Amino acid sequence: MTRERHYIPESRQREKPKSKYFAIGHSMKRVEDTRLLTGSGTYADDVSLPNMAHAAVLRSPHAHARIVSIDKSKAEALPGVLCVMTGAEAAEVTGPCADFSSPPTTQHCIAVDKVRHVGETVAAVVAESRYIAEDACELIEVEYDPLPAVVDLEEAVTSTGDAVLHPERGDTNVAHHRVIDFGTVDEDFAQADLVIERRLRWPRSGGTPIETVGATAHYDRGTGKFTIHANTSMYNYVGWLIAVSLKVEPHRLNIVPTDAGGSFGSKLFCHKVCTLAGTLARAAGRPVKYLEDRIDNMTSGDAHGSDRVYDAKLALKRDGTMLSMRLKVIDDYGAYFQYGVGQHGNAMAQVTGPYKINSVQVDLTAVFTNKCQQGAYRGFGSEVGNFVIERLVDAACEELDIDPIEMRRQNLIEQDQFPYIMPTGNMYDSGNYQAVLDEALGMIDYDGWRQKQAEAREEGRYIGIGISTCQERSVFSATEFWMWNPNETPGFTLSSSPESVSVNIDPTGKAFITLNAPFWGNSPETMAVQVLAEKLEMDPSDISVGYADSDKGFNSSGPGGSRFTVMIAGAVSGAADVIKEKMLRVASHMLEADPSDLEFRNGSIGVQGVPGKEKTLAEVALHAHYFRLDLPEDHDLTSGIDAAYVYDHPVTTMPSEDRTDLGIFYPIVGHMCHIPVVEVDVETGKVDFLDYVAVHDCGTMVNPMTLAGHVRGGTVNGIGSALYEHFHYDENGQLQNALLSDYLHPTPMETPVDIRVGHVETPSPFTEYGIKGGGEGGRMGAPPAIAAAVEDALKPLGVKVDSLPLTPKVLRGMIREAEANGG
Amino acid sequence: MTTPRTVELVVNGEHRAGDAEPRMLLSDFLREQLGLTGTHVGCEHGVCGACTVLVNGEAARSCLMLAVQAAGTEVRTIEGLGGVDDMHPLQEAFWEKHGLQCGFCTPGMLMTAVELLESTPNPSLDDIREAISSNLCRCTGYQTIVEAVQAAAERMQGEAQ
Repeated sequence: MTRERHYIPESRQREKPKSKYFAIGHSMKRVEDTRLLTGSGTYADDVSLPNMAHAAVLRSPHAHARIVSIDKSKAEALPGVLCVMTGAEAAEVTGPCADFSSPPTTQHCIAVDKVRHVGETVAAVVAESRYIAEDACELIEVEYDPLPAVVDLEEAVTSTGDAVLHPERGDTNVAHHRVIDFGTVDEDFAQADLVIERRLRWPRSGGTPIETVGATAHYDRGTGKFTIHANTSMYNYVGWLIAVSLKVEPHRLNIVPTDAGGSFGSKLFCHKVCTLAGTLARAAGRPVKYLEDRIDNMTSGDAHGSDRVYDAKLALKRDGTMLSMRLKVIDDYGAYFQYGVGQHGNAMAQVTGPYKINSVQVDLTAVFTNKCQQGAYRGFGSEVGNFVIERLVDAACEELDIDPIEMRRQNLIEQDQFPYIMPTGNMYDSGNYQAVLDEALGMIDYDGWRQKQAEAREEGRYIGIGISTCQERSVFSATEFWMWNPNETPGFTLSSSPESVSVNIDPTGKAFITLNAPFWGNSPETMAVQVLAEKLEMDPSDISVGYADSDKGFNSSGPGGSRFTVMIAGAVSGAADVIKEKMLRVASHMLEADPSDLEFRNGSIGVQGVPGKEKTLAEVALHAHYFRLDLPEDHDLTSGIDAAYVYDHPVTTMPSEDRTDLGIFYPIVGHMCHIPVVEVDVETGKVDFLDYVAVHDCGTMVNPMTLAGHVRGGTVNGIGSALYEHFHYDENGQLQNALLSDYLHPTPMETPVDIRVGHVETPSPFTEYGIKGGGEGGRMGAPPAIAAAVEDALKPLGVKVDSLPLTPKVLRGMIREAEANGG
Repeated sequence: MTTPRTVELVVNGEHRAGDAEPRMLLSDFLREQLGLTGTHVGCEHGVCGACTVLVNGEAARSCLMLAVQAAGTEVRTIEGLGGVDDMHPLQEAFWEKHGLQCGFCTPGMLMTAVELLESTPNPSLDDIREAISSNLCRCTGYQTIVEAVQAAAERMQGEAQ
């Protein structure tokens, strides 16, 4: 179907924002918490099946090598060992892991013939205990023939021959290259008075939740069916692809979700671990649990974040008007390519930020290297774009001697310009960016800090103030995963990415909600309860929540891309409408009134304008469950009250064939302003926070307390990315910091005492109640603001921040260099 | 090294016994032999603190301690702290202040906080930050955990008076 360029579909919003809410907007205590606070959660490692055995894996010590031979005889002879599997053996029964790249990239759950990164699984052992399984791994003898290790992302662009990781994709490690002009880039650059150029480096970090990935699999020989318990997501969306890998029909795999001990994107699918556990359970003839240990997770968890170098240009007029951008980016994807360049589809949602920039050129090169592959990490690639554009804007302020706040005020998209189609074709649904900036400035005492900064400089102290004004795109649509694919190999060009729910009203009038996506560490139960309570004017404590496995589940894409709250609100709202309609019909028979004369009022259904003529929800529910046949003829009214509802993405359009218009794919766009105040100790390179303000606009807030929790937690993730975290591979491809003692998460000692959170509410015209996503924003806004604050602090020394993380060691090096240059 | 021994100890006030190879970690013993899966394991090298339990009243990384070392001791885990109907003030405060998101670090955080409040009933915010800096939380940014511990301390002080 061809549509005109930049066509905006009509809104499907059914519930308008309200001035007064029953349950939405309240900082209700979370529904999830009582089990988690009492040690009763069921995380991946808490699953235990009768007669269960345990698996461990042998990890590759080489970054890149041919597997010459594997001798597993000693391991098999160890008492307590049930089965030892090599990649070649596994490949006889199990196909490659699910993969969304195009052309496809082959990854096996146990490496076949070749290892492509340190930590890759070379063999797996199933034994009576994890201890014995790990002992047996030590007894497996593997002969390797090392190949050249490709570590540097720019060298990867030119490597050939033995250095190529996937020769079947051609004699190159370039996994993808494409240049797209969105809008009139050449003309806009020709009009520029000034072009700012920066070479910017974003480091490889990762979600690294405290719980690793795990799966417990059972293969029923009697039915030929697998059951896999895992802390995965997307199992009701693409979980069937694990069945394809296991070479059974999808209905012969049931995936049962466990609680996830944090994800931050890293547990988006986890198909390799599920595939491995299933393969081992079938081979061993016993239920098998495989849980990554910390080193497995860090070296082979398939969830490293973006790792990019940018040559970035921003074209401006002398008065500060921003015109256009040119971005040349190389991204180090590691050894495999599970989501293709989905992270760059994502980044295109907001690549020109909140600014009135007319056009952008993106020259994208993705490369393979001998590292753990990329997955998702809070921002899924668009957080890097925020860093890049904000660094360019700050550089332009410096060059043009314009105050960073004035520069932003001048270029921010205005309130009357929404819905706004940005250069790549994505839509920003709504916003009030000036209001967010005003709110943040009102909270921070900007002038006061500038005064303190000046005084501190007199004392030889280095205080800096940074500001970022960033987009927080939410509610991805599936097109982001394939829009960059070459036209000749477009891949699986799906368009659906729904979320669903089912709701049952029991005979006493209380509700049970079944979610079809897992608990990920977010608040899915609380969100669903608050929305259903709102719709039915029901006491939230009368609602409980459970999770469907894939046997019973409906289409659900799950959390990710800050979509869950928006999508579950759509699904719950739709299901509640079905429930309401049925309850009204039952009540109309009971009250002998027309359904259109009835209303829901505070736990009852009553006749409008007739106080006292009503039935409680409990009475209606009991009647519906047990007295249906007492009611008059009403052929399609069946006993009970329940509904399932699948809610499709609220607003998606397809990309154009030439991809100069990517269509609308990430349209529910929030905004934020972060202002940290830091002090840099120039002797140690340590950065301390003196103040931190984060103002977000996520539309209508369902629960301000949990939203603030996301903002603060995300901000601290962003502090990690900005100041501490970096998967450091040496020149041989050895990961130097695969333990949490070396890969440094922020602790309370590295984080602000008080991240002061503010909110502006600009409801979306496209979602139920005007809700926008808010799960990732903190990490998307903090790094550019912190980079700016550190640069501002060290301005007297002339230090420029072009790369992260700004560890104490890195900062000391920069300060030393600046001092040597007479800074 | 692999011949199991019977380990006897008191867990959450009850006498318990189970078999453990000498090399078995206390965390695995609690989870697998005694079925107390509320104690979580995040790193197995003593950094994240998720597996923190109290051994004779002192916080210990149960992933850095062998089960046989715990023989004869008194161990307290999250399961002994309080259930949904009789929550400890720390559990209540974590709930009210949103001191948890995914909940994986929470049992270790709570046991660390129990130790703090038993030794320092009226801690400063710095004392709380110092105490919980032994434990990693990837979700909250710590601020609401600190607030929760402070609120619990105030409540417990109020109840004690």
